[in-house]
Amino acid sequence: MTAMSPAPEAITPDPEEGPAKGRDLRSWLPTVRDTLVAILLALAVGAFLIAISDDEVIEALDNLFSYPGSFFIYAGDVVRHSAGAVWDAYSALVRGAVGSGSALQRTLERSAPLICAGLGVTIAFRAGLFNIGATGQMLVGALAAGYVGFTYDLPPGIHLLAAIGAGVLASAVWGGIVGVLKAQTGAHEVITTIMLNQIGRFTVLYFLAKESFQREGSDNLLSPPVADSATYPTIAGLHIGIPLALVAALGVWWLLERSKLGFEMRAVGANPEASRTAGMSIAKVYIATMAIAGLLSGLAITMTLLGLQQSVTDQVVGSVGFDAITVALLGRATPLGTVLAGLLFGALSAGGLGMQTSAGVPPELIQVVQALIVLFVAAPALIRGLGRIKRRKKPAAPAVAEPKGATA
Amino acid sequence: MTDVIETPAAAAPVEPQVRDRADVRRQIKLVVVLGLVLLAEVWFKLEIDDPTVAHLFKGPRTKDNPPVEFDGTVISWVAVALTAVALLLALVNRFPRGWVGVLVAVAVGLGFYGAFLMWAYADPSGAFAPAMTNPIPGTIRIATALVFGALAGVLCERAGVVNIAIEGQFIAGAFFGSVFSSFAIASIAAIPLFWCPVFGLLGGVLAGMGVAAMLAFFSLRYHVDQVVVGVVLVAFGYGITSFLLGQIPDDRNDQFNNPGLLEPVEIPVLHEIPYIGEALFGQTLLVYLAYVSVPAVWFLLFQTRWGLRVRSVGEHPKAADTVGIDPNRTRWQAVLLGGVFAGLGGASFTLSTGAFDKEMTAGLGFISLAAVIMGRWHPVYAAMAALMFGFLRNLRDQLSILDEKVPGDLLAALPYLATIIAVAGFVGRVRAPAADGQPYQKSD
Repeated sequence: MTAMSPAPEAITPDPEEGPAKGRDLRSWLPTVRDTLVAILLALAVGAFLIAISDDEVIEALDNLFSYPGSFFIYAGDVVRHSAGAVWDAYSALVRGAVGSGSALQRTLERSAPLICAGLGVTIAFRAGLFNIGATGQMLVGALAAGYVGFTYDLPPGIHLLAAIGAGVLASAVWGGIVGVLKAQTGAHEVITTIMLNQIGRFTVLYFLAKESFQREGSDNLLSPPVADSATYPTIAGLHIGIPLALVAALGVWWLLERSKLGFEMRAVGANPEASRTAGMSIAKVYIATMAIAGLLSGLAITMTLLGLQQSVTDQVVGSVGFDAITVALLGRATPLGTVLAGLLFGALSAGGLGMQTSAGVPPELIQVVQALIVLFVAAPALIRGLGRIKRRKKPAAPAVAEPKGATA
Repeated sequence: MTDVIETPAAAAPVEPQVRDRADVRRQIKLVVVLGLVLLAEVWFKLEIDDPTVAHLFKGPRTKDNPPVEFDGTVISWVAVALTAVALLLALVNRFPRGWVGVLVAVAVGLGFYGAFLMWAYADPSGAFAPAMTNPIPGTIRIATALVFGALAGVLCERAGVVNIAIEGQFIAGAFFGSVFSSFAIASIAAIPLFWCPVFGLLGGVLAGMGVAAMLAFFSLRYHVDQVVVGVVLVAFGYGITSFLLGQIPDDRNDQFNNPGLLEPVEIPVLHEIPYIGEALFGQTLLVYLAYVSVPAVWFLLFQTRWGLRVRSVGEHPKAADTVGIDPNRTRWQAVLLGGVFAGLGGASFTLSTGAFDKEMTAGLGFISLAAVIMGRWHPVYAAMAALMFGFLRNLRDQLSILDEKVPGDLLAALPYLATIIAVAGFVGRVRAPAADGQPYQKSD
């Protein structure tokens, strides 16, 4: 089963040219360029989807095929309407993401949990673990944080800390189980996290049906709202979970790059056998990594639950648990990259809402674009291959001729 | 002379029997499991006040077909006795091995199921007390998709390509199955109504192969990590189908998302077997296809030259390459064929229940993946695991009316828990194909 481990170097950039080794600005360029090209490429596919599903474009295409004689007239129509539809949709996307104060607020509110959960996936990547379990970890975290939030009556501040603590602890345990299973029995984390996601879902459903978790007078599986004393305070309309996400990113950076445990994580991620030979406890690293990953997922769900939504349902996680994986992949498993990717996906998500309301494009398009971005980012050879087709005449493709970072 | 020859023979039985640790561990596991089963069964029996239960095995509840009441005591005691015997055998380390052992295990399992049902449906209250219904139709309905998904997983992983994307193939297959079928019904007059959903299967197959082609393209050609591609393709599948669904205008729903259902086809004679005949042999073409596919995939993988090649590139691509087998070409073939099955599984969601809904696959693709592992990457065992998971999921649906007594949500979590236990090695070692997940790059 070890065969299924994604090698960390498959996700983190090539150490020869990535930020892992070089502090040199030039060493970032290929990574940044590939990422930008991937984003543009994904948006282009999205544009194609928008165009072919636009009514006017369909009508023009219909005409085009019905009257091939007037090809140029109708071809012009197709192009004109396509461009219009894409412009409408993407300008609505940008407006919905950063166009106004409330748009910006929504972007940040959506970014915060993505960043935190993404950090959980990132930290696991660095130890050579693929944490698909953010969803399950967040679900049990929501259950615990919510329970403390709506059951007990504590002074503000303390109540908030208690709710966060309960959620984070539950998630850390849920994540830690994966580490223990991996360390003790070698059970592959991809399988155990997928299974624990589903178990987490049914656990939440089970508890939501219990009386102590039921909102009075509601037939739906909906918990009572979290008490005000357990919600994140807001500053200028923004709840403080958002700066907290940045603090978490800083913490993860410190942990990975400056602490002994982080060094061990990276060592185990790079070569478990060598780390064992060097005297590190692989079991300890796996368990600690997964517990911390769970902890970060737990922190992520508190931002939704105690920052925005304020009651537990089985849908409380939404797609955040899944998007966390794509955020971490796009961020190349580095804290800074994860923050940037989280902001981008938060913006896309907020903008998708705007796209729906003002351009009538289903917000699911964003999910497609996000998936494609990660697919293209993960296949740098594909992107460079595209570049090569354009410049076939040149003897050396730019990707090859690129300076090899700080190793020079 | 005779003394010298006889000495070692006579001495042998006196030597203490040496058992290896694996054998001891196996016995301990058996004793623990059987002991727990026995305890549960006794507890079920003692909890029952009124052992009267009712069943509706002959068909849905109508005026002419009232629930048949009977006394469940015998079943409870038979189950307890069966388990007790098995436990005794395990205690003295005489639990049978091989096929007999499997049969005993199945008997104990069925006994446990019976004892559990007697408890769940006992103590009826009111005139409309819930009655047991036949578990086979529901199991088949859910397991069809799972079996196809598991076959897809087995084919891919035997060739050394991890397929996390089964869920994505399911959702795409479900959507395009519905679209093709609806389109055939609404717009292609040449296809008779009966064959329209069958035409829909073609849509499912194409969609499944499409997702499979993306998996192969990115993982084989560009060496993107297979797990990463799989995860992304699930997200992509959800996104693209929801997007396209949102693009269907309400007034054209009939044209694109009103697929009709596959009609059942009764197999003569066989479908007249009481209780199980109708459920097993009064099914749709797709279900029969599933029956045939399992042995077909087994034959393909283990009895043909192509199957040997697939397994060899899954275990040791370099060695395969050395003897002239192109690993990536073989992997492409296996992944695409897997896509055919996954697409059929996906199409079964819409073509046996109706219009596409973006949440209709509900994580069953991941259960298929679990079935692959539980079935140890073997098509027949994986199909059996899929059947068991289908059975459990159906049991939860059936018992949902008894929710106060049986925590249905915990029951629903059981397949996933079983998978973790299996992967953690508590029920024997599972080993993936050696080169599973590793890209192959020919070195110069």
